[in-house]
Amino acid sequence: MKTMANREILLFSGLAIIIALVFAWMGSAYGMRMLVEASCYAIIGLGLTIQWGYAGLFNVGVMGFIASAAFASLLVTFPVNQAFWDTEAPGMLAHAALVFAIGVAVIYGVSQSHRLGLPRKLRTLLTLIAAAITYLWVQGLMDPATTLIERNGGWVGGLGLPVWMGWIAGGIVAGVLGWAMGRITLGLRADYMAIATLGISEIIKAFLKNADWLTRGTLTVSPLPWPVPTPQEIGFIASRSAYLSITAILIVVVYILLQRAWASPWGRMMRAIRDNEFASAAMGKDINRRRLEMFMIGNFIIGVGGAALVTFTSIFDPASFVPLNHTFLIWVMIIVGGAGNNLGTIFGVLLVYVIWTMSEPAALFLFQQAAVWGDRLFDWQAPADLATRALQMRVFVIGLTITLVLRFAPDGLLPEKPVKYE
Amino acid sequence: MEQGVGLLAALPVNEVVFFINKVVIAGLIIGSVYALGAVGVTLIYGILRFAHFAHGDMMTAGAFFALIFVALFPTAGDALGLPSAFVLMPLAMVVTALFAIGIDKGFYAPLRAAKVRPVVIVMASIGVMLMMQGLIRLFAGTGTYQFDAGSKAIYRLPVMGRDIILTQPQALLIVFTALAAIALHLFLTRTRMGKAMRAVSDNPDLARVSGISIDSVVRSTWVIAGALAAAGGTLLALDVTLKPDLSFNIILPIFAAAIVGGVGQPYGAMAGGMLVGFTETLAVFNWSVLLRPLRPYLPDIIEIPNRIAFVPTEYKIVVPFFILIAVLIWKPTGIFKGRVLK
Amino acid sequence: MALLEMNDIHGGYGGTNILNGIDIAIDADQIGVIVGPNGAGKSTTLKALFGLLRVSQGSVAFGGKTVTNMAPEGLVREGLSFVPQEFNVFPTMSVQENLEMGAYIRRDDFRYLIDQVYGFFPPLKEKRKQPAGELSGGQRQMVAIGRALMTEPKLLLLDEPTAGLSPRYMGEIFDRIIEINKSGVGILMVEQNARQALALAHRGFVLAGGRNRFTGTGAELLADPEVARSFLGGGE
Repeated sequence: MKTMANREILLFSGLAIIIALVFAWMGSAYGMRMLVEASCYAIIGLGLTIQWGYAGLFNVGVMGFIASAAFASLLVTFPVNQAFWDTEAPGMLAHAALVFAIGVAVIYGVSQSHRLGLPRKLRTLLTLIAAAITYLWVQGLMDPATTLIERNGGWVGGLGLPVWMGWIAGGIVAGVLGWAMGRITLGLRADYMAIATLGISEIIKAFLKNADWLTRGTLTVSPLPWPVPTPQEIGFIASRSAYLSITAILIVVVYILLQRAWASPWGRMMRAIRDNEFASAAMGKDINRRRLEMFMIGNFIIGVGGAALVTFTSIFDPASFVPLNHTFLIWVMIIVGGAGNNLGTIFGVLLVYVIWTMSEPAALFLFQQAAVWGDRLFDWQAPADLATRALQMRVFVIGLTITLVLRFAPDGLLPEKPVKYE
Repeated sequence: MEQGVGLLAALPVNEVVFFINKVVIAGLIIGSVYALGAVGVTLIYGILRFAHFAHGDMMTAGAFFALIFVALFPTAGDALGLPSAFVLMPLAMVVTALFAIGIDKGFYAPLRAAKVRPVVIVMASIGVMLMMQGLIRLFAGTGTYQFDAGSKAIYRLPVMGRDIILTQPQALLIVFTALAAIALHLFLTRTRMGKAMRAVSDNPDLARVSGISIDSVVRSTWVIAGALAAAGGTLLALDVTLKPDLSFNIILPIFAAAIVGGVGQPYGAMAGGMLVGFTETLAVFNWSVLLRPLRPYLPDIIEIPNRIAFVPTEYKIVVPFFILIAVLIWKPTGIFKGRVLK
Repeated sequence: MALLEMNDIHGGYGGTNILNGIDIAIDADQIGVIVGPNGAGKSTTLKALFGLLRVSQGSVAFGGKTVTNMAPEGLVREGLSFVPQEFNVFPTMSVQENLEMGAYIRRDDFRYLIDQVYGFFPPLKEKRKQPAGELSGGQRQMVAIGRALMTEPKLLLLDEPTAGLSPRYMGEIFDRIIEINKSGVGILMVEQNARQALALAHRGFVLAGGRNRFTGTGAELLADPEVARSFLGGGE
């Protein structure tokens, strides 16, 4: 136990030195930005680490959940677009929503009709027909509404509510999506969860990118309202420090809540399920229900972190969400840090994010040098897009890190501590 | 005679031919590409028990190997009147097969030897996917590449004044996929190694007990998966362009095809690939084209919109995924009764 | 000389030992039967012998050669064949293909062996094109034993060949086992139906707690009142 504590102190001190070096080298404003972004990733990482480390859920759709949470937050916090509310569009949307709700209720009812003694084949057919009718009907109602919105107001705008409400809304949306994903994929092999979550995150992105009436699509939305005064008002360092203090408090709150939950009877049950699924099932634990809870709680935390991250960048651009930055980078963070260990996760996030941030100038520098020397020695003409290609090197390094860590340090730098069962 | 011409004129030939070009041929083409990828994915799943996420990038890598060979021997196909890339494709298939074995040796085999959970190998395959993506884009940039730019031979099959159009690369793709399906069938049912692969897929423990060398089965799995991936990637690139960043856009439909077909079932994967391909083209097809000839017979109140498609074109990537979800909910073993995926 | 000699075998899963000193010896052409209560280590003994479980102490000699901890592939080549208790066929492959897979290590023409297996198990011949997974339990067992015979083993290991079978099939399988033995194949099997199995055993081994409790000929063990009382479920 002692050595473990020493290890933590050693690793975190090393990290502090690295961060201090970044501040000294790149300036405080740059360093602060890096820290704020890292803190948002840390919140996301905590959400993912409990899904993977505690419940064994293989969620590769983090990008989609972050994007949807960021969008929900945007919708709640962005100033009201009066031009939209002055048209008939809100009524038309409400009409479509009502039809959709009725349609969903009918579909659900039909899908349960085998209880009334209907043959299953017929039930499936009827369900499909009900779904098709609902789909076509809603689409028919939505088309004129979206055209009207795009012609008049441009898009729906926000509700103009405080930022903290937006972040909570983001968490709730991600949590609800997690519930839906869980209902579909729990009980199937982890491979399936990976494929399904990856797919749904691409769908969410495709939707946010193309639903111009709702998100302005590729036109992007900015500036997103901040919970603290913006750099224009009080300067970069002060503003970013204020933002960092909020995210830091969030990390502490989430961390403490998770540690307490983990020590509670609920946490004991989760561990029991993870460590011995069959025995727990035999003891009458409803494993998939517990896992569904974990999917939702983890996703809620991911959503809050994602909303905070996108709010900080101050621009909502659906095309900016890429699986690499918003899914796999986070996976590397928690694998390196030690899945299932919250402190390890925070460490992994900070370390990997610092390396990730600094790898950009480093890769550019390296390739610049390569181009210069290649030209001098071999008369090699470097391709014009060398800079964008150099950045692809980071993709390679992320992939290499995943495979190496899995092989040589599968438990990460700060492995989960064995818990004594009382 | 007069009568007959009149009847023929009433037939919506234009529209039907349009439908064949836009749906039947397009579906066959994209379906063939998916099928070639899905067979590899399903074999790897059946024998090694994990979803191989790097497969899409393996297809891209295979196409790039073909591109390199074309750069080395640009006139290889001239004598046969075929695209050089097609003539050189067997070389690319061999290289990709070796490449696939190398990846297995370097990244997956050590994890298998350490007896990790299957999900860890899935993660490793995601790592490999990112590495390949990075390398491909590092060397090739993010622009698109064209084989034999602008020199595609076109076959036209006239149907009453209209042409069913098929380019040479498309014809090659369809023929190659059909031959590959037959060859695979013969391999799996007639040869010792093919049967051993099925045996390992059926019951790995018993296969081991029977003295079947798991190593050689694994090797031949990668050879087939790698070779077919290279062929799929090359033929897709021949038909359209070679994009270094295909990755997710191709791996998701391929997974959908493999799952719809029943994981571990090579024939299912072929059928699943076609199903996903056709569903995609049907979903984005503009049905109002087919309704237009009915215009004179419909009452005036019903107007035909300019565009009636199940799914807007920009949501094409969503289609295979919805098939996937539907299959997961209603029939997780797929239409060809694959493994129960618990 | 003994065909198979297992001396003082220890082994188990993870840290826990299941086998604590097992001795088994049978000659060529003999039928050996291992019986004992649940958890005695009967199936584990077969697995340890067949290289599916690590032997931590003790030695296995087969045909005069030391084969301790040899991998299954090697043991098959040495002339051992193993029929697991469950999941012992390739379910989507036809009966004939199952038999072919049994002969995977052979490079010669083995059709005569397939005919020989059909000779032992006539019902398989008419079902040879059917997937093995669609057969009844007894027929599946025939496929499994037939598959194991395809290497022309010197010793056939059977893990509870009659588990879950109806009495009719049980008798049939036992008859076939005797017939196979008469054709020159040594048999070592684990059985729950101890009485019937010991009745046809040349050598019997009663295990408990991972050790030999009684060793003798089948007839001796059946006649031993203590064996009968403790392990054969009441006198009769």
